[in-house]
Amino acid sequence: MGRRKKMVERVTVLMNEPEMIRNIGIVAHIDHGKTTLTDNILAGAGMISKELAGRQLFTDSDEEEQERGITIDSACVSMVHEYQDKEYLINLIDTPGHVDFGGDVTRAMRAVDGAVIVIDAVEGTMPQTETVLRQALKEHVKPVLFINKVDRLVNELQVDLQEMQNRLGKLIDHVNKLIKGMNEEKYKAGWRVDASNGTVAFGSALYNWAISVPFIEKSGVGFKEVYDFCHKEDMKSLAENCPLHEVMNDMIIRFLPSPIDAQKDRVNVIWHGDKTSKTGKDMMEANPDGELAFMVTDISMDPHAGEVSTGRLFSGSIKRGMEIYVSGTTNTNRVQQVGVFMGPERLEVETIPAGNIAAVTGIRDAYVGATVSTIMDMIPFESIKHASEPVVTVAVEAKHMKDLPKLVEVLRQVAKEDNTLKITINEETGEHLLSGMGELHLEIIGHRIERDKGVEITTSAPLVVYRETVQKHAGPTEGKSPNRHNRFYIDVEPLDNEIVDLIKSGEVSMRMPELERRNKFMENGMAKDEAKGITQIYESNIIINMTKGIQYLNETMELIIDGFEEVMKAGPLTREPCQGIKVRLVDAKLHEDAIHRGPAQVIPAVRSAIHAAMLMADDTLLEPYQKVFIQVPQNNMGGATSEIQGRRGVISDMSQEGDMTIIESKAPVAELFGFAGDIRSATEGRAMWSTEFAGFETLPNSLLKEIVTQIRQRKGLKLEIPKPSDFISQ
Amino acid sequence: MLTFIGIGLYDEKDISIKGLEAVRAADRVYIEFYTSTLSGTSIEKLQTFYGRRINLLTREDIEQNPDWLNYAKTENIVMLTGGDAMVSTTHIDLRLRAIDLGIETTIIHGPSIISAVPGLTGLQNYRFGKSASIPYPYTSKGKTIISHTPYDIITSNLHTDMHTLIFLDIDPVKGYMTIRQACELLLTVDSLRKEIDLKGRLAVGVARAGSPDPVVKALPLNKLMDFDFGAPLHILVVPAQLHFMEAEALVKLAEA
Ligand SMILES: Nc1nc2c(ncn2[C@@H]2O[C@H](COP(=O)(O)OP(=O)(O)OP(=O)(O)O)[C@@H](O)[C@H]2O)c(=O)[nH]1
Ligand SMILES: [Mg+2]
Repeated sequence: MGRRKKMVERVTVLMNEPEMIRNIGIVAHIDHGKTTLTDNILAGAGMISKELAGRQLFTDSDEEEQERGITIDSACVSMVHEYQDKEYLINLIDTPGHVDFGGDVTRAMRAVDGAVIVIDAVEGTMPQTETVLRQALKEHVKPVLFINKVDRLVNELQVDLQEMQNRLGKLIDHVNKLIKGMNEEKYKAGWRVDASNGTVAFGSALYNWAISVPFIEKSGVGFKEVYDFCHKEDMKSLAENCPLHEVMNDMIIRFLPSPIDAQKDRVNVIWHGDKTSKTGKDMMEANPDGELAFMVTDISMDPHAGEVSTGRLFSGSIKRGMEIYVSGTTNTNRVQQVGVFMGPERLEVETIPAGNIAAVTGIRDAYVGATVSTIMDMIPFESIKHASEPVVTVAVEAKHMKDLPKLVEVLRQVAKEDNTLKITINEETGEHLLSGMGELHLEIIGHRIERDKGVEITTSAPLVVYRETVQKHAGPTEGKSPNRHNRFYIDVEPLDNEIVDLIKSGEVSMRMPELERRNKFMENGMAKDEAKGITQIYESNIIINMTKGIQYLNETMELIIDGFEEVMKAGPLTREPCQGIKVRLVDAKLHEDAIHRGPAQVIPAVRSAIHAAMLMADDTLLEPYQKVFIQVPQNNMGGATSEIQGRRGVISDMSQEGDMTIIESKAPVAELFGFAGDIRSATEGRAMWSTEFAGFETLPNSLLKEIVTQIRQRKGLKLEIPKPSDFISQ
Repeated sequence: MLTFIGIGLYDEKDISIKGLEAVRAADRVYIEFYTSTLSGTSIEKLQTFYGRRINLLTREDIEQNPDWLNYAKTENIVMLTGGDAMVSTTHIDLRLRAIDLGIETTIIHGPSIISAVPGLTGLQNYRFGKSASIPYPYTSKGKTIISHTPYDIITSNLHTDMHTLIFLDIDPVKGYMTIRQACELLLTVDSLRKEIDLKGRLAVGVARAGSPDPVVKALPLNKLMDFDFGAPLHILVVPAQLHFMEAEALVKLAEA
């Protein structure tokens, strides 16, 4: 029997013992060593050979990952570890570190209960370190810390023993400051990472060794010994005396929670239904006999089995042949195969109980973030909110006309697999637009469309995705239905920043109980009558019904919401998505007869009222910004700073570390295309840099007209900038 | 001058002589078929019978861009509608717009379904309350939304002991709503609201009023649903308490 096959058998047994399960994610800034660390953990379970651990990069199985030397897709591996004479099932997800693939991290954090935060000892906490830590804490995923590449401290930076320990200590302090700042409650409740109790380990994933304080006490190998071995470049002895996987196990199994412990707490954060209901209790207890509650966190294509939905099972057991519902739909899907992932391979099992990560085929209606249940109208899980938004777009065309229908299908599929991608069709030109996190993201997706889906495409140069927003109050405007028998009176104004943040963070949503939602809004400064009237939240825009007692409004409301959403998807100025707009319905006059107030009447009436009001409210564009962190030797600093300044960028901080200068800055995405090449030549290739999404800011007025015209031209819209009167019928 | 002419219920011969003379004398003839239609004829047959070319107006021509109204400033124009001339709000709106343009307007009436139904069923005209329409449900993000308005109107008419005449949707894509579809929708709302027990309540269906072979049938609503009324147009009545003469009429005219 093959090694894998045997592993599946042991996995299958342990699945039923939730106390013996750990669902964990490996998260970090790019290149800090997640995949290298994962290799070591795999070797510890006998999944790969010890000799290759750290170099095989088992979870980077895709050609493109190997070529580029970065992880692109999260990879899930189930394995069994022995720890203190007992067997444990570890379901591990190795996540990508590149900011463009951050969506994978966000999704993985829903599936796991614990996270190993990996930090490069030399680079320290980087922007993406903060981001992944924040995501983990938001999902109530407990962190432990692995400080990696300690060998580099000794061999590259050549620090002495004292300095090495100082640096490590400072790093831990910094991480704790971050945890405290992000979730003080959890910090106080014991989520502080602490070297002395063993929630921090230090080591080198590449050379397969690590130590932690409990391990030092047991083995007698301490910082001094580590330092000396490193100094002698004797990594082999270190790997023999302090094998990385043992130290990791001690951290993962002892300090990260089992699903039984984790779900009690996590269900409160990720599900807003009634906690005392049967469903609520089943999930809190990870009841394998409860109704099914499964959240899809990843969708991938299997060339033979079709679409595979991977996710976390919070309650019930999933088996083949089961009839299940994807929330929001009313027909059932039949489960075909259930299995677990072992890196690139998926191995079938009979049944998977609550508390595990399962890979399932046959869920036709699944999408990333979907709630799957045996109950038709189960209150869905909170949606998975990724902190960044699509800011870069390319137009995609099939190289051969005959492939057009296939391209449409393929685009739909890639968007289903990756919920940080957005596909839109430009109605005027028929162009397909693919929006994503960054240039690399879109490049990879483009390659995959050609490689995996076999459609040859051409893509345009990248473009920026703007947002429309209003700058003052305007209205009410009157929107008349085409048959003139219905009228809607609507005003708009900017939403307060606190409210926008509240929505963007996912802290409020239409899924939570109304009262709870209303209170959250009021706590953040919204007036009571408005908070009460909130009818829909779309992206970061809200529509509020301020009217009272209007007959028939109730059965018309969905149509009003449809009209509102249409505008929020494509504003009047440039048809770009809207952000931060408060739309209020202040009055409506409806025709008595239901036939005269159907979709063809109500939607256009609402749409034109909002269009007109927005244009009157100084509708303008917001442009996306990125934070840019640069580390550059002092000699080349000038080149780096002028690169930023020449791109409408702002430098917010500059600090010195050794002979390196660290520049923190911010620049509009529109100006950052081609930055990689330019900074390389400006600094003789000596700058290391990374970026992070920094939100949207108002486009300078001096650029507004030009950009609006550019976008309208590109989209095939009338070049003339629309006026409110275009939308108000006489 | 703009003359609104109701051309009746079923075929080209339902127009009044006065109406026909006006059509023949007009400078331009317009018709619309989206608020109601004549199921026993076609625009070609109408043209042959009237001996005039007829311009078919779309919904947009009437609601959004009624530029053709301007001809009425200098010429004699007739506007033909199914049934009577002013039953739909749309036509009243059009007439008001014409007046705003300084156009003189008149009406030549035609037979209307509103009087045909009491006629065919024997239900007494003065006992009808507010009328209702049943629209096709619409879907929004996977949710199907059925209007409760017809149910509300039936309920309130029943409270004041009045019959309800119910028009069924005419949709360019989904077609003419049948009595069966209408009953299904009403029963769906009834099962949610449970206020008036519509299921067992006597209802009257009428098909092809104005034609040589109209069908009139009274049955409890859940049975009426399965009755084959044949081709459109269909209309439905939910009667209140019956006067003994109405009861007798339903037995003799609607096989109750
Ligand atoms: N010197 C040294 N190099 C290491 C160590 N761990 C990893 N590396 C190297 O760092 C580079 C990145 O390692 P990966 O494991 O691919 O990093 P990652 O975090 O998975 O990267 P992404 O998934 O792309 O974010 C590789 O060249 C590794 O060999 C270590 O402990 N010491
Ligand atoms: Mg990796």
